[in-house]
Amino acid sequence: MSSLLVLIATLPLMTALACLLHPRGGDQLSLVASMIQLVASVLLVTELPSRSSLSHALGGWAPGLGIALGADPLAGWLVLLCALVQFATTLYARFYFCDSQARYRLWPLWWLLASALYALLLSGDLFNLYVTLELLGLSAAALCTVGAAKAEALEAALRYLLLGLIGSLLYLAGVALVYAEYGTLDVSALRTLISSSPASLASLVLLSSGLMIKCALVPLHFWLPAAHSSAPAPVSAVLSALVVKVAFYLLLRLWFELFTPVVTSAFATLIGLLGAIAVIWGSWQAFRATRLKLLAAYSTLSQMGYLFMFVPIVMALPEGDTRQFAYGALLLLAVSHGIAKAALFMGIGSLQQHLGHDEIDRLGGSARKLPVTLFAISLAGVALVGLPPSGAFLAKWALISSSLVSGQWWWMLVTLVGTLLAAAYLVRVLGAAFAPTAAAEPALPTCRLALQQPALLLAVLATFGLGFAASPVWDTLSLSPPEVQR
Amino acid sequence: MEQAQLMFAATGALIFVFGLVAGLRDDSLLGRIIAINISGVGLFLLLVALAYRGLCQAADPIPHALVLTGIVVAVAASGLAIAIGRKLDELRNSSHRREGDSS
Repeated sequence: MSSLLVLIATLPLMTALACLLHPRGGDQLSLVASMIQLVASVLLVTELPSRSSLSHALGGWAPGLGIALGADPLAGWLVLLCALVQFATTLYARFYFCDSQARYRLWPLWWLLASALYALLLSGDLFNLYVTLELLGLSAAALCTVGAAKAEALEAALRYLLLGLIGSLLYLAGVALVYAEYGTLDVSALRTLISSSPASLASLVLLSSGLMIKCALVPLHFWLPAAHSSAPAPVSAVLSALVVKVAFYLLLRLWFELFTPVVTSAFATLIGLLGAIAVIWGSWQAFRATRLKLLAAYSTLSQMGYLFMFVPIVMALPEGDTRQFAYGALLLLAVSHGIAKAALFMGIGSLQQHLGHDEIDRLGGSARKLPVTLFAISLAGVALVGLPPSGAFLAKWALISSSLVSGQWWWMLVTLVGTLLAAAYLVRVLGAAFAPTAAAEPALPTCRLALQQPALLLAVLATFGLGFAASPVWDTLSLSPPEVQR
Repeated sequence: MEQAQLMFAATGALIFVFGLVAGLRDDSLLGRIIAINISGVGLFLLLVALAYRGLCQAADPIPHALVLTGIVVAVAASGLAIAIGRKLDELRNSSHRREGDSS
């Protein structure tokens, strides 16, 4: 089954090339490729529980000299998340960009971004990870400029690109230090090698700060609201749902698998504190935002904050079942946010395209015109706030109880305040949308249903799918390590 | 580590930090792109210094491969940044002209 890994890693790249060479067929090619990718990742995930991990040495060259692809349950579920979001957003992008010229430019970059995402999730070598990070940063910044007509959008894309480059350089400096100290870059070999030393600490700080720029953890977050809110809606959906998430995935790998002897509880608490600031500040900014897309971008900031805030809780738990359980909850929260945020951005995109603006105060009457979209936005909101029966509710509940178990009750207070603020900003949007039209607005044309469906699909999945089917996800996610044999 | 190797590595690290600080602080786009490239060069110097294994021995090939890949990425990234910058200038100029016409 290891050929599945090769398929998942290479198909997006092939599609990118095919779309470049044959732009007119881009729509069909993308649709077919995203379906194949979805099926392949479902197969990958069903294959994983029986064996704890899969690996494939490309061209028969053993790791060290060659490039190995590998997947464990953590990587597998994130691959499935990527494939799912990619499938829905591909469907959506087909109808969002009415101009076929814009789509010709979109698809090659779109699939380049996808190939960077999958390659990042499947590679197990610190330097290959650097290459995929660069590919991710470059293609994401280029995607932000597709169809951009405003100077602000280009400025945001440029800032995103340059900060991404600085983040990658910091990461590469960390890689150089690791190589100088241990003489290898293979993740599975490093797992047993890394010990607590000043050089390890320095490389951990460099690697983490580079990746934290890409995850937009406070205080390195300042590029995110502008970049995510000014990109076209399908691109924002992928940026917010997947691109920041895979950087977080790398951080998890570093903290829980590679640098375990170096990551002290003080370090974890610092990360948690930054996360807590992000939760409160991001939610507050989202509450005050006047535009829908800005609201969604700040909401991403605060939701990423939750993921960081729960790191010290998981770290503080004793190794064993309770820790696996909390680790599973953390990943469930990440997956759930990915799906819900993509749905929210797609819903906002439909609203924006239909109304011609995305100002919250002028949303009045839109619920009557676009009931499907508003339903999708509300469902995504349920999953973002973490109301039952969504997957985020289960995950947050488990993490709050873990925080009590590990004696760190103060994180619970931040969670509660953040959740209340999240509910407040979403209710504000829904309240504005369900209000009757204030002035006699021009009669709006009806929106194409095809544009509204993908958002609904993902929103239903985030709220009901992950809520009711959380246990298989949880079980397999809990299989993946933070267990370290030493 | 030999003295010469240490000197090269330290110089590389210093250039890396200088470039990074300038990349974060400089206002003009071209200045920032150049600063980030300089910072990358410092990092490459550090990596090349790490590859040194003694006078009569071949250098470690892996850091060299990393440097080559890094150079390719840096060129591509600079190209993309300049392309977006040019587009931005065109947009700004045309919007200025439009304002000039209407007033």
